[in-house]
Amino acid sequence: MPMRNRRWTEWALSAPSVFWLTIFFVIPTLLVVAISFHSASPDGGIGKEWTLQTWRHLSNPNYPAIVWRTLWISAATTAGCVVLALPCAFAIARMQKKWRAVMAGLIMLPFWTSFVVRVFAWRLLLHPEGFLKHLLLSLNLAEPDSQLLYNSGAILLVSIYSFLPFAIMPIYAAAEKFDFSLLEAARDLGAKSFLAFRKIFIPGIRRGVISATLMVFIPSVGSYVIPDLVGGKNSELIGNKIYQRTFPDRNLPHASALSAIMAIGVLLPLGAVALFLKRQDRNEALRIAESNGVKQRGGAV
Amino acid sequence: MSDFLVFDSVTKRFGALTAVDAVTLGIRKGEFFSLLGPSGCGKTTLLRMLGGFETPDSGRIYLDGRDITDLPPNLRRVHTIFQNYALFPNMTVWDNIAFSLRVARYSKSEIRKNVDGMLELIKMADHAYKYPSQISGGQKQRVAIARALVDRPQVLLLDEPLAALDLKLRQHMLLELDIIHDQVGITFVYVTHDQGEAMSLSDRIAVMNQGHIEQLDPPAKIYEAPRSGFVAAFIGDTNFFEGTVTGIEGDYCKLAVKDFADILCFNDKSISAGSQVHLSVRPEKIRVTTTPPPPEKGSRINVFRCKVTDIVYQGTYTKFWVLSGAHRIAAIKPHSRFLLGQAAITWGDEVYCWWHPDDGYMLEQFTAEDANLVQMPPVGYSAPKPPTATPVA
Repeated sequence: MPMRNRRWTEWALSAPSVFWLTIFFVIPTLLVVAISFHSASPDGGIGKEWTLQTWRHLSNPNYPAIVWRTLWISAATTAGCVVLALPCAFAIARMQKKWRAVMAGLIMLPFWTSFVVRVFAWRLLLHPEGFLKHLLLSLNLAEPDSQLLYNSGAILLVSIYSFLPFAIMPIYAAAEKFDFSLLEAARDLGAKSFLAFRKIFIPGIRRGVISATLMVFIPSVGSYVIPDLVGGKNSELIGNKIYQRTFPDRNLPHASALSAIMAIGVLLPLGAVALFLKRQDRNEALRIAESNGVKQRGGAV
Repeated sequence: MSDFLVFDSVTKRFGALTAVDAVTLGIRKGEFFSLLGPSGCGKTTLLRMLGGFETPDSGRIYLDGRDITDLPPNLRRVHTIFQNYALFPNMTVWDNIAFSLRVARYSKSEIRKNVDGMLELIKMADHAYKYPSQISGGQKQRVAIARALVDRPQVLLLDEPLAALDLKLRQHMLLELDIIHDQVGITFVYVTHDQGEAMSLSDRIAVMNQGHIEQLDPPAKIYEAPRSGFVAAFIGDTNFFEGTVTGIEGDYCKLAVKDFADILCFNDKSISAGSQVHLSVRPEKIRVTTTPPPPEKGSRINVFRCKVTDIVYQGTYTKFWVLSGAHRIAAIKPHSRFLLGQAAITWGDEVYCWWHPDDGYMLEQFTAEDANLVQMPPVGYSAPKPPTATPVA
């Protein structure tokens, strides 16, 4: 009876969020998928009849190339952000308490300026007549006619810049709880600093790294302002295509199909991570249960 | 220098605080050496400099004739047992122990042989594939020891390794540490604030206070012949008497103590008449009896009439605080035969307190703060009065 009571309370407590997510997330997502199986009407609406025409159209080699580019730029952005965030979070976590708060504040400072304005600022920096180009020219690191703007490299650079705080914060949160005496122990046992960092610190904060990966990867798959402003004709991402199909072209079924593909691109890694974490939790629970069992049998001293 | 491990006037400052003040000290090979002192005395800083986690501001550290002062921790054959053990939570017991061997790129078969050998030594072969979260505090302790000993370091540092364990386990681990030290023959440097641990394990103890070493001696000498008031009061319990030498009688001298009777004590420092000295007398050397002591042949005894002010019953002994003149004296009476009918000494009793002149020890050094280290029941505390019946209205 108390067990059933608890069940009921659990249901009651989660009902509002389940209701919210169903109405505003699950149903709209299914609608989007459904729209992709309709034809487009010439006036920009959605045709009545069901068809596979849109999906057939996506086999045009243009689209796999765009999907592929979106995935690799997102993956590279994620990798770049995590690699930069690790030493940064490590350094902050080792600071004195008051400095940690200051640094966390500084990391959040860019959010005081509009995202679009910040991306636009990069256009000026990367512009053929911009500061960075002149700097690289004077250092003999660039040819006079090399292009910094309007390519995949520019998208990658600006994406890493934009998403870096989302990687630092979860990794820092994990690093703050990390027991740094473990690194001393590793050094004490003969490990060089970097080996200790790699073998002890990174495994110790892996949950933070996983969160950072998701926090960067998911928005960068859907990113469209950055490629729109600093990307070129040959570096379109799936986000740009969805925008094009939705607004200039008014082809909603097409936009929906692309959205569905994007959703899959996000859900697959998410599912993989969820599975991994669940497995770890289960193993941990098993380990704890097992050791408790040992204790109860009086085996442990 | 013949010592295996040498600190040569090592100083370490943290801002305005001098944690270690020109410490010079030599540790012998294979020795079980303890650094004992209250928290903040600099013992842990000394240990961390030995491990390579702090660099001295001045002075050098030599290990086996080699200057190791500026070597990073990973290049010293010195391993540390951390207070919280610092076992790697993402590795099994086996992998934890194998860590240093893997880092040093030993061959697979050698790693296996050494790790299995260590597991045998700490009797944990059955737990090799468990994670640190699955084993008990005492087991973690043993794994930390195995992990630090597996690649045969020159010195093992132990930073209050038993502080996190409960009493029974601590006593058990003390024995085990002793056995392991005998088996591996590696030099152990043990940091603790617990005098019991230091006394029972060490070959020699360095008692530290405010960044310097007060005394470096074997345990019995530290206890029985403390050099300073600090050592006498920090190790065990004691009574201090301050007096002026009024006369020399053979090997003994007579002290005139203010507000107290004259005390006779053994004059091992060849002090001349007129000088001011401090005497330390351990409570267990002082007898408390209701009858005067039996006369002893050929020697004189210090005997005082006192009044019992406090009693603490401890099972194996009873501790008394008695008052004589303005002096409060602590004395310990061991329990031997227990007789139910016997009238025990109780609060307010007039008793005889006495000790042999050989049992008082003259201190070389004494400061007023040392007297504060002696634990006393609050002044003015009086005997519990028998309950008086309150008339019911």
